[in-house]
Amino acid sequence: MRTNDWQSIVIAVVLFALAAIVPFIANGYQLSVAVTAVMYVGLATSWALFSGPTHYISLASGAFFGVGGYLVATGMSDYNLSFWLMAAIAPLVAAVLAILIGLATLRLSGVYFVIFTLGLAEMVRNLVSWIQNNFLGSRGLYVLTDFTEAHIYWMLLGVCAIIFIFGWWLGRSRLGFALRIIGNDEAVAKHVGINTAWSKVILFMTTGFFAALIGAIIAPRYSYIEPNQVFSPELSFLVVIMALLGGTQRLWGPLVGVIPFTLVWEFINSNFSNFSTLFLGLAFLLIVYVIPRGFVGLLQTWGEKIRT
Amino acid sequence: MTIGRTLLQVNGATKRFGGLIAVNGMSFDVKEHEVMGIIGPNGSGKTTMMNLISGELRVTSGRISMQGSSLSDLPPHQIARLGIARTFQLVRILPSLSVIENVIAGGAFGHAKKWGSGARFFAESLLEKLGLAEQMYQPVDALTYIDQKRLELARALASEPQVLLLDEWLAGLNPTELQVGIDLISSLRDEGRTIILVEHVMDAIRSLCDRCVVMNSGKKIAEGQPSEVLSDPEVVRAYLGDE
Ligand SMILES: Nc1ncnc2c1ncn2[C@@H]1O[C@H](COP(=O)(O)OP(=O)(O)OP(=O)(O)O)[C@@H](O)[C@H]1O
Ligand SMILES: [Mg+2]
Repeated sequence: MRTNDWQSIVIAVVLFALAAIVPFIANGYQLSVAVTAVMYVGLATSWALFSGPTHYISLASGAFFGVGGYLVATGMSDYNLSFWLMAAIAPLVAAVLAILIGLATLRLSGVYFVIFTLGLAEMVRNLVSWIQNNFLGSRGLYVLTDFTEAHIYWMLLGVCAIIFIFGWWLGRSRLGFALRIIGNDEAVAKHVGINTAWSKVILFMTTGFFAALIGAIIAPRYSYIEPNQVFSPELSFLVVIMALLGGTQRLWGPLVGVIPFTLVWEFINSNFSNFSTLFLGLAFLLIVYVIPRGFVGLLQTWGEKIRT
Repeated sequence: MTIGRTLLQVNGATKRFGGLIAVNGMSFDVKEHEVMGIIGPNGSGKTTMMNLISGELRVTSGRISMQGSSLSDLPPHQIARLGIARTFQLVRILPSLSVIENVIAGGAFGHAKKWGSGARFFAESLLEKLGLAEQMYQPVDALTYIDQKRLELARALASEPQVLLLDEWLAGLNPTELQVGIDLISSLRDEGRTIILVEHVMDAIRSLCDRCVVMNSGKKIAEGQPSEVLSDPEVVRAYLGDE
């Protein structure tokens, strides 16, 4: 390992430790914002592991997140199963779903893939609502646990740590290299011996897995859950916007996008909630036109300017 | 290097695109350590033939095999892993990767499966061999056209291929670069590599190929040593109006 790597590890451990003490010093409101932030850090970082190198923009995060929340809710509410069991099953179900969606859609390119994932996410939401209403009784689901906000925060932080370690490994692995080649030129990727379909499906599955795990862990926060609420398409867009704002070329990119965006988003939602969708649209346009490579790209450009 | 056993066999390979038969019942063998040329007028099906061998396209009928095992039903990545490497008629560099990563990409997954410091070392030695030592740390978009072609060749060689497919690798080079390019392929030939090359440059065919196959409208119209084949009346007729 090079000294650079050791530096990064030390910085990561220090930041993680600082993040872990937040519940001891934050008030109730601050902690709830912090929970939202770590949730999006996990979602955006795992999203970028797949979409960053391959440039396949997935709008399916909401669907996987919803599967996580819904399975925990239905398992606990209707079948008296434990939270832990459901939180373990949910990401596996989402992973299987991601494999199926991946096999069906990853042959599509560019904008077709985006639309397809959005459509599929909506389909999952409607399907689950329909099953719930017709077969399981159209009542809401209760997720009653002894968890405090701080417990949820620490669990999410732990998931984030796993995502970062996985991402760090991926960046050094053949699989991660394969994804970068696929993002550059898929024809070349095939002819240098990369099983492109499989590589994409594995990573898409990983993002689905983590999104569902995060959805499962955060479910107790809401206590009362309806399918229409946990499968929110807005969440998919937020994940994409935050990841792009930070920049997807670096593992820590989405993190630097999520934190400021969550704060602004909280502020807008509590003061101008009528305008939140408008804000989302504007933010998206601004990012695409003004900082297409996100904060990471900006920092790199400044770095180069300073050096010359 | 003496020419060895048969490595690649093409048997009645045919490719249809709707009503167009781009490759029509092509058959030929390629032996170990042999440099085989495929020539023919524009649109005669040479690139399509290369695409059939590398798995980019599937044969409509016929069979392509390497050392007895069939390639015709395999996807391109599996064909690459068996040891067939290629370059593209329109050069394809991986733009967001560094020069050295472009070469490592060729060896990491395919036939060679080189990774880590061994892969880096091997990639550096290939770049040096192909005359790209000075460009090793330049951004890829600063490379000249011939250097891009060299880089693509280095990527193909990084997999330590059993058969190397070069589709008009010399096209677009100026006369000085052309001589450099011919010398480079000639040095690969002296190493005993097995190469199939598609070329329009007749000097290259004459000086590099042990044997060549002439295609016209998807069919093989001649096969043999370059000097014989190029004086074959049917070949001359196929080229008239084209050259
Ligand atoms: N994917 C495709 N779909 C439809 N037609 C194709 C396709 N690829 C090639 N063709 C057609 O097949 C024929 C043979 O093309 P090919 O590219 O193999 O010729 P070539 O001998 O390589 O020509 P050149 O010397 O110009 O490179 C042409 O008529 C071409 O238009
Ligand atoms: Mg061609």
